[in-house]
Amino acid sequence: MAADAPKPLVLSNARVIDPARGLDAPGSVIIADGTILAAGPEAANQGTPYGAEVYDCKGAIACPGLIDLCVSVGEPGAEHRETLASASKAAAAGGVTTICTMPDTDPVIDDPALVDFILRRARDTAIVNVLPLAALTKGLEGKEMAEIGLLQEAGAAAFTNGNRSVKNAQVMRRMMTYARDFGALVIHHTEDPDLAGGVMNAGLNASWKGLSGVPREAEIIMLERDLRLVGMSKSKYHANLISTSDSADVIRLGKSRGLDITAGVSINHLTHNENDIGAYRTFFKMSPPLRDEDDRQAMIAAVADGTIDIICSNHDPQDVETKRHPWAEAEDGAIGLETLLAAALRLHHSGQVDLVTLLGAMTSRPADRLGLETGRLSKGAPADVIVFDPDRPWVLEKSAIRSRSKNSPFEDARFSGRTLRTVVSGKTVFEYA
Amino acid sequence: MISMTATDTHRDTPYPHRHLLGIEGLHPHEILGLLDRAEEAVEVSRQVHKRKLVLQGRTQINLFFENSTRTQSSFELAGKRLGADVMNMAVSQSSVKKGETLIDTAATLNAMHPDLLVVRHHAAGAVHLLARKVGCSVVNAGDGPHEHPTQALLDALTIRRHKGKIARLTVAICGDIAHSRVARSNIILLNALGARVRVVAPSTLLPSGIAKMGVEVFTDMREGLKGADIVMMLRLQRERMSGAFIPSVREYYRYYGLDAEKLAYAREDALVMHPGPMNRGVEIDASIADGAQSLIREQVEMGVAVRMAVLEALAANLPNN
Repeated sequence: MAADAPKPLVLSNARVIDPARGLDAPGSVIIADGTILAAGPEAANQGTPYGAEVYDCKGAIACPGLIDLCVSVGEPGAEHRETLASASKAAAAGGVTTICTMPDTDPVIDDPALVDFILRRARDTAIVNVLPLAALTKGLEGKEMAEIGLLQEAGAAAFTNGNRSVKNAQVMRRMMTYARDFGALVIHHTEDPDLAGGVMNAGLNASWKGLSGVPREAEIIMLERDLRLVGMSKSKYHANLISTSDSADVIRLGKSRGLDITAGVSINHLTHNENDIGAYRTFFKMSPPLRDEDDRQAMIAAVADGTIDIICSNHDPQDVETKRHPWAEAEDGAIGLETLLAAALRLHHSGQVDLVTLLGAMTSRPADRLGLETGRLSKGAPADVIVFDPDRPWVLEKSAIRSRSKNSPFEDARFSGRTLRTVVSGKTVFEYA
Repeated sequence: MISMTATDTHRDTPYPHRHLLGIEGLHPHEILGLLDRAEEAVEVSRQVHKRKLVLQGRTQINLFFENSTRTQSSFELAGKRLGADVMNMAVSQSSVKKGETLIDTAATLNAMHPDLLVVRHHAAGAVHLLARKVGCSVVNAGDGPHEHPTQALLDALTIRRHKGKIARLTVAICGDIAHSRVARSNIILLNALGARVRVVAPSTLLPSGIAKMGVEVFTDMREGLKGADIVMMLRLQRERMSGAFIPSVREYYRYYGLDAEKLAYAREDALVMHPGPMNRGVEIDASIADGAQSLIREQVEMGVAVRMAVLEALAANLPNN
């Protein structure tokens, strides 16, 4: 054992949930040398490794650490909003052990050297795993291909055009076709920019507020186009942030036709609707826009039945300079790393999504999509494990937010469910005091 | 006629709000209270000595992020007739481009200790944002396509003085409803006071969900004007005239411009209104704009009166009053 290796750790007296094998049972998790030795009921009767710390979970849940597929960080270029270090602290406190960083930084992550930069900065400063997503097109301009092969070799986990859609269908088709040769996953934000052209969900609410609307069709049309292109190119595709019931139907249809597709939803679209905007509260401004309650319910149903594979935070730190403007002029985006798990648990408490499915959408399913060993409690897997009490009440106070930016739509929100301990590769990076 | 309509029933209805940000949220009796106050202000304005002293010692700042000679001078005159010190601040886009946010502007203003702030801004919700950050009373003088409450009040006052009531009148609002703050404020106010509201426009100039906004929707102007008591025309912004929302000015005028032929579908005693400034030959024919059925010039007079009423009502809630 190396000198700086963490002590072995036994999480005893836990309710062990491992969505990868559908496990939800009392037991223990035994961790040594940064990997999982055993997890589940069978681990409860095994001895403890020499020198291990035994942590009594007192019936709290032990499960794989969350993998957040869509996280914006200000590094490089906007470190005043968020750094890899500050984002990773927020993640650890929220039970997230892996963050996938979006490439829409300044400069854009469209060069192997920049992927390398992120990985080195993460190694030196971050306390959770950081997987850089690289740009799908150079400069995210949607015109020229990025170097998929070289970027992947440098460590890019997948490819995305950030929060911009690739408008040109021919460019998208070629990107998908080329990416297929490298087995690379294409993650896409599906919103037709011409049709979108507004600042909140189109409809009566926007009309009364005098705000230009983003019709649902802007998303649906782009998604339908993409799935046709996936059919042509036989590529691996993930619709990053869907928000309408029709989008879920489109995904269902695409899956039934055997396309290699998955879909994601942001936690915001599962827990908020357009009415939360109230008197032009810009912390609720995001892309895609918050939709109506019917769409929110459809998103929850789609998570429950597995149509939506992945729940992400869509963490997007924005500071006062970019948020404290009249609605139409304010930037999109909300932070969400610290609140991802707690907010998702609302769907468990409301009885709409069972806990194993819910946690699966933030652990094993993103792991499967990215081909990661983590996101599961298998013997020999890296020990990214969290302990959380699903019923612990707390209130999100602005002063306690760990992100550098405080633009949370959950300010002063009440939650049931709190992360008690976060372990990354066997090392405890967060413990709730 | 005035004595008949200006009952004293609502004159002393308290106005229990710190700001006037929109018609939305006002009770019908509060609206009537403001209209009754405005009737008095009309009298004051028609005297040789046009001054009351209710705002003496108070500072009113007119903060216009968007140019508007008409509305700004109306608010200026209203404030001065009530004895306030009025300052006009035209905020050019340049200071906004220099990076000064609306919040910075609010902080600057706070330091000047105004009592009343009249704000026009090109973005919906901007006045709400400002109202949360300043320590004085705020009047919305138009925020993007959202609301323009004093325009709706002056329209209501004008209508009431001629028709003696608002309830059960049929009012047809015609033109660019989608981008119009005047339309929104009027739809809310006229519904609150029991009028039947119609909107008349090509579908590209109607906001989505319009049928649920408490109006009857017409895309045929002749149908929409049938039996109307009031025809309220809206200004068509120049940037929307060619191509994006309507094909051309001449096509718009043909189908949606108010001329004598189309006006004949309305009631014989129908009255024509326009918030100004007018595009003659685009949304309204010159002969109608200046004709016998037009109330357009009177709307301007009522504008000053309504704004006096609003400033007075807000001043009554100011500290040390």
